[in-house]
Amino acid sequence: MSNQNTFMIYAAAYLTVFGQAKLPGLRDWFGAQVDLLPALMVYTAMYASLLNIAGLALLGGLWFDSLSANPLGISILPLFLVGLAIFTQRDLILRDLAFAQIILGAATTAIVPLITLLLLLSTGRQLLLDWGSLWQWLVMIAGGAVATPVFFALFNWFDHAFGYKIRTESSFRPDREIRRGR
Amino acid sequence: MFKQKHFLALGAVTLAALLLLSLPPRVIARLKLALGSLFLPLSSLATTAEQLPADVADNLLPRRELLQEIARLQRENQELKVRALQTASMVTENEQLRDQLRWQRQVGWKIKLANVVMRDPANWWRTVEIDLGSNQGVTNNLPVLTADGLVGRIAAVWPTHSQVVLIGDPNCRVSALIDNPAHDVGVVNAASTLDNTLANLTYLSGTAVLKPGQAVVTSGLGGVFPKGIPIGRIVDSREEEFGLYTEARVKLGVNLGTLEQVSVLFR
Repeated sequence: MSNQNTFMIYAAAYLTVFGQAKLPGLRDWFGAQVDLLPALMVYTAMYASLLNIAGLALLGGLWFDSLSANPLGISILPLFLVGLAIFTQRDLILRDLAFAQIILGAATTAIVPLITLLLLLSTGRQLLLDWGSLWQWLVMIAGGAVATPVFFALFNWFDHAFGYKIRTESSFRPDREIRRGR
Repeated sequence: MFKQKHFLALGAVTLAALLLLSLPPRVIARLKLALGSLFLPLSSLATTAEQLPADVADNLLPRRELLQEIARLQRENQELKVRALQTASMVTENEQLRDQLRWQRQVGWKIKLANVVMRDPANWWRTVEIDLGSNQGVTNNLPVLTADGLVGRIAAVWPTHSQVVLIGDPNCRVSALIDNPAHDVGVVNAASTLDNTLANLTYLSGTAVLKPGQAVVTSGLGGVFPKGIPIGRIVDSREEEFGLYTEARVKLGVNLGTLEQVSVLFR
């Protein structure tokens, strides 16, 4: 993955966290705010190195927690765990298929808040949870599923538009050409 | 498959997360401030972008309309001045009567306006950030309200902004008084996750007689919220634990989903 795309991933994480805190998003319509960091982690785990996955988990988690009432650092581990799980299996995943991207986005967005909630509950915090939380979870899954192919399309377009590809040398040599004829 | 470097990375990230979670609260507050300040440029940009259409609309308003608005505001200002004078004389009278009866004097509250700048991105908290901080004298546990009623209390303070935990969050419990003949007292507790206009009123006496529409105000018990701030109105009630106590749903006076400006009460 190019350096521009690595930078874009961190920039997207920064903007995503800010947007989730500043903009109402789906909160006014569906009663839940969608978390887009897991969807971003899917793309990172598919294309980037392990270092970048750890970087996104650290920075994204810290930024998210700094704008939330979450204890600082609680979001890091759930993000990294899903990123690592995808990273270890990425050779077996057809990453260019939209269906695979949607399924991965939905699964990741479903798992990250569950692990975060488990960690929060294990620290003894009192959270706003009831049967409505199940609906919020479904809205988050749907949001993550939709956002993942969008991230893939956006970053792939960015990579094609601004990334310089290494020019492959042709094996054709004019001096070795077999000239046919009499 | 998992390789050694995967385990090493997992161990390193887990260690980093555990280290952060075990830091002392003062260090955490400083770290949160440092990380939160990274969003300041974007925040000011967003505020400017939000104000731009309003500024353009203000410039397009006809002069006659503006003059009419000024005249109306001047009349309203005069009326409010007269009311303020009447209130001041009533306050003086109240203090004199309290002195005569040897009652403790009530401490006056001052108000500072604040803008809601951000909301909690997580769905399991109900908090907002406001643009008043310790530089403006904000401290923890100050009540926050609007003209419609109670909003919550200050939960964390940084130099330029503060976090307000809203009513209906499990971490913002308010002792409340019902405007009924018995003046029953209960605790406004966690609300529904989906409807942020409702809250639960719990620990009411089993004999409490509640009717829809009865006003609910702060009781003044607990020391955080002064007595008499409107919270909302009773929607319905039900008996809990075989009539041991009563629980009610309260329609909050403030719509927490559309908060833009709030007032912080200072002692």
